[in-house]
Amino acid sequence: MSALAYHRPSSLAEAAKLAEGDPDAKILAGGQSILPSVKLGLLAPTAFIDLGSLGELRGIRAERKSITVGAMTPHAAVAESREILERLPALARLAAGIGDPQVRNRGTIGGSLANSDPAADYPAAVLALSATIRTNRRALPADGFFKGLFETALAPGEIVTAVEFPIPKSAAYVKFPQPASRFALVGVFVAQTSEGVRVAVTGAGPCAFRVKALEEALTRKFAPQACDGVAISRDNLNTDIHASAEYRAHLIPVLARRAIA
Amino acid sequence: MNAAREPLIGRSVERKEDYRFLTGVGQYTDDIVLPGQSYGCFLRSPHAHARIRSIDTAAARSAPGVLAVFTGEDLAGVGGLPCGWLIKSIDGSPMKEPKHPVLAEGKVRHVGEQVALVVAESAAQAKAAAGLIDVDYDILPSVVDTAAAAGSGTAVHDDAPDNVCYTWSIGDESAVNAAFAQAAHVTKLSLVNNRLIPNAIEPRAANALHSPADDSYTLYVTSQNPHVERLLMTAFVLGLPEHKVRVIAPDVGGGFGSKIFLYAEETALVWASKRVGRPIKWTAERSESFLTDAHGRDHVSTAELALDAEGHFLALRVHTTANLGAYLSTFASCIPTILYATLLAGQYATPHIHCTVRAVFTNTAPVDAYRGAGRPEATYLLERIVERAARELGMDPVELRRRNFIRKFPHATPVGLTYDTGDYEATLSRVLALADVAGYPARKRSSAAKGLLRGIGYSCYIEACGIAPSNIAGALGARAGLFEAGEVRVHPTGKVTVFTGSHSHGQGHETTFAQVVADRLGLSVEDVDIQHGDTGKVLFGMGTYGSRSLAVGGTAIVKALDKVIAKGKKIAAHLLEASDADVEFERGEFRVAGTDRKKTFAEVALAAYVPHNYPLDKLEPGLNENAFYDPTNFTYPAGSYVCEVEVDPETGRVRVDRFSASDDFGNVINPMIVEGQVHGGIAQGVGQALLEGCRYNEDGQLLTGSFTDYTMPRADDLPRLSVELAPGTPCTHNPLGVKGCGEAGAIGSPPAIINAVLDALAPLGVTDIDMPATPLRVWEAIRRSRS
Repeated sequence: MSALAYHRPSSLAEAAKLAEGDPDAKILAGGQSILPSVKLGLLAPTAFIDLGSLGELRGIRAERKSITVGAMTPHAAVAESREILERLPALARLAAGIGDPQVRNRGTIGGSLANSDPAADYPAAVLALSATIRTNRRALPADGFFKGLFETALAPGEIVTAVEFPIPKSAAYVKFPQPASRFALVGVFVAQTSEGVRVAVTGAGPCAFRVKALEEALTRKFAPQACDGVAISRDNLNTDIHASAEYRAHLIPVLARRAIA
Repeated sequence: MNAAREPLIGRSVERKEDYRFLTGVGQYTDDIVLPGQSYGCFLRSPHAHARIRSIDTAAARSAPGVLAVFTGEDLAGVGGLPCGWLIKSIDGSPMKEPKHPVLAEGKVRHVGEQVALVVAESAAQAKAAAGLIDVDYDILPSVVDTAAAAGSGTAVHDDAPDNVCYTWSIGDESAVNAAFAQAAHVTKLSLVNNRLIPNAIEPRAANALHSPADDSYTLYVTSQNPHVERLLMTAFVLGLPEHKVRVIAPDVGGGFGSKIFLYAEETALVWASKRVGRPIKWTAERSESFLTDAHGRDHVSTAELALDAEGHFLALRVHTTANLGAYLSTFASCIPTILYATLLAGQYATPHIHCTVRAVFTNTAPVDAYRGAGRPEATYLLERIVERAARELGMDPVELRRRNFIRKFPHATPVGLTYDTGDYEATLSRVLALADVAGYPARKRSSAAKGLLRGIGYSCYIEACGIAPSNIAGALGARAGLFEAGEVRVHPTGKVTVFTGSHSHGQGHETTFAQVVADRLGLSVEDVDIQHGDTGKVLFGMGTYGSRSLAVGGTAIVKALDKVIAKGKKIAAHLLEASDADVEFERGEFRVAGTDRKKTFAEVALAAYVPHNYPLDKLEPGLNENAFYDPTNFTYPAGSYVCEVEVDPETGRVRVDRFSASDDFGNVINPMIVEGQVHGGIAQGVGQALLEGCRYNEDGQLLTGSFTDYTMPRADDLPRLSVELAPGTPCTHNPLGVKGCGEAGAIGSPPAIINAVLDALAPLGVTDIDMPATPLRVWEAIRRSRS
């Protein structure tokens, strides 16, 4: 057993200082990915910096044209939020479909985005809705945030504080579950935003990504049948025991069509 | 005692054991902490096949809290884990039995094989120290694929250079060949019976204690058969005196076969407990369970069914390759032979059957009995090929089955069994009504309107349970008897404690057996306690597997009850001043026939223990009887299942929409418990058919080593199940008329589900799919048929 320090800072500034002072420390948000990884010996951080005391990172704030979700807000709170259910129901439903009740009550949106699990649900919503990821240093656009497998645009020690979702004209998320884990084998989020139609996919590649071909087809005509026949390249898509790249490529337009049907 | 009350047999009495389980006061092996408790951790092989050049344990030995480190060299004088069933090859040669070492000796042969045991003050310290052991491995090529193992060129064991453990056959090959020559139609099928990982909710665990006072041992262990565990461990492996080892299998959280076997871990713990001088406990982590619990199934088969022009089955020819894994587990050899090929007649009067089974070693975990054990493999093959034959002949699959049903009993099959009784038409007719097959076309249309393909599939299964007549089993190679023992201890107040060699690990014996005893003695269920799972209390036992507990273990108890009642009559006759022959026993009362002179059961019990007015010159005091029961035949539960699925042709996802079952278990003691057994069995069948598939990569690494990748059935994978217990044909050769119900659901359901999937996909030209029919597999099958 390796020794592991545990910090529970009482301010964001203190958390940032701790994170900057130890490159091998890990920020602990909901712990739903990092704790199993440490238990399995896949990660051996020097310290946990637990954000659990930072109340200012928790909560949902509705504004005129957007909804801002604090980074430490658990999935269950998003799923049950009256504002989100009324104005961005696709996001509430997405949150309600993450993991199980235990995960939804511990796991947080900030933790999910910073982790960039290839099969996590939130990244698809963030990309498709063109959300803004706020950190203790800056505001990052969704485009470009997800860099690769467990890799984001966050700098070392940078802490996600909130996510701002612009309210779309319409939005929907369809997840096809991996049979065993029930993570997204492929998840497709389709949104009509002020920037146009955006389609984001999770589960299929190393990280969430947008699908230009579907966005163009749906921009020409926002109707289910517009997705039919849109060919998705299997290049860069994942192959594992549950799905081939071809199968994932096939599912993307099928699920996009179902999202808007 | 209420003489007028209703019979207890046939009533859904609430489970007595549930109070302790639901309130969290059950005692599982891991709950037991002994004075001076220490903890064991096994270092396991990360490689599927490697030579061990050296093992350096120095750092581990000096790690904090470590009491001892043992490797295979320390156990050099200890025997290998034995296999309980000798199968002979066609040429008469015995199966290959390479040594199955307790800790690896010289080589490792599957990922997860135990290489060293570390004992420490805490489990965490033991685990940390195991990580400090440095094993120098020379990695060897590995053999993983079942079908290709025999010709792979790499030997798992030096004494089985072609990896073949045995090549066995049953049936009259020349008669089969002659029948095929006369056939109007031959249907062929190749299939895989997918490998499964058991995943009982409680992982395996053991806690071993040595007492220097009398040089005895106590082992707490997650076992389905503690006496067999003790016999094998003492006589064949450790060379300990059997009477100096007490094995206790306390509350056990599910077995499904995986806890029948003698495993290396508990054996190593018993051996080490004396050397360390402290009790040692080990509880498997879930990942260890995935890697080292004996897996199930894993057959690759081809089958041919010969039919005449009217659809009568003339002959069946089967070739099966069965994967036994890296070592022979306790009953590995008999599963793909004795418990498989003997069931290939199914419910049909097929006159000629021949089956060849080649069993192979591979660099994978040992494979042994898993719920159904051979019989699901036989049923799946037979019910798949029957359905395919019906499709090829353009016949209704129900009608084709009916045409071939066995209708006269007893019936001797061409594969060694004699069915005593059954009524296959009855269960089939009942399930067709239960399933509302008449309403199927309308449901198919409504699915089509949603863009979904609906299919219907049937399965008519039979199983051989109540294992087994010892003489028949012995003639077939069993190295053990397969009787059961029971003891009825009547206390002076008339309360009763029953000791049974059966073991309950979810089956509800404490209730069902108590119903049988209370009913016979005219007591209430609360007056009867069932004790099991302790070689220090129970006289003997062969344990629970193969749906044998009530048919064999229950009968042993009934035989002991007969003795109790016979003795009670003598005591009552003395008290009532009547002759023995005039005393009758009914509903808790001994009565002189034709009179109102009577003594209650409790009065007789008291007289037996306070023998003041007692025939001491003729009769011993006390009221305590035991019996051993060896069945004269297997029992033959049978039934018919109907499944309807909806397939999403775009995604390949299969949803089980309806599932109906009509089972003939003979007489039923507790319908609620029996229906629960069927529900659980069907859930596991849905798991095998649609979800569960153990996968190794070509290097022998387990790809499905956690619940993240191994798909267990969940509640929302199942529809509401329509289960009906047919009035049934009581077993003709045990006094309760019972047949067994524990495995039926898992045996009968997979072919019904896959037949339904193939029926749904038939319009797309799909004719074959292997289990599990995952979305990926279904989509690929659709794509292949379209290209």
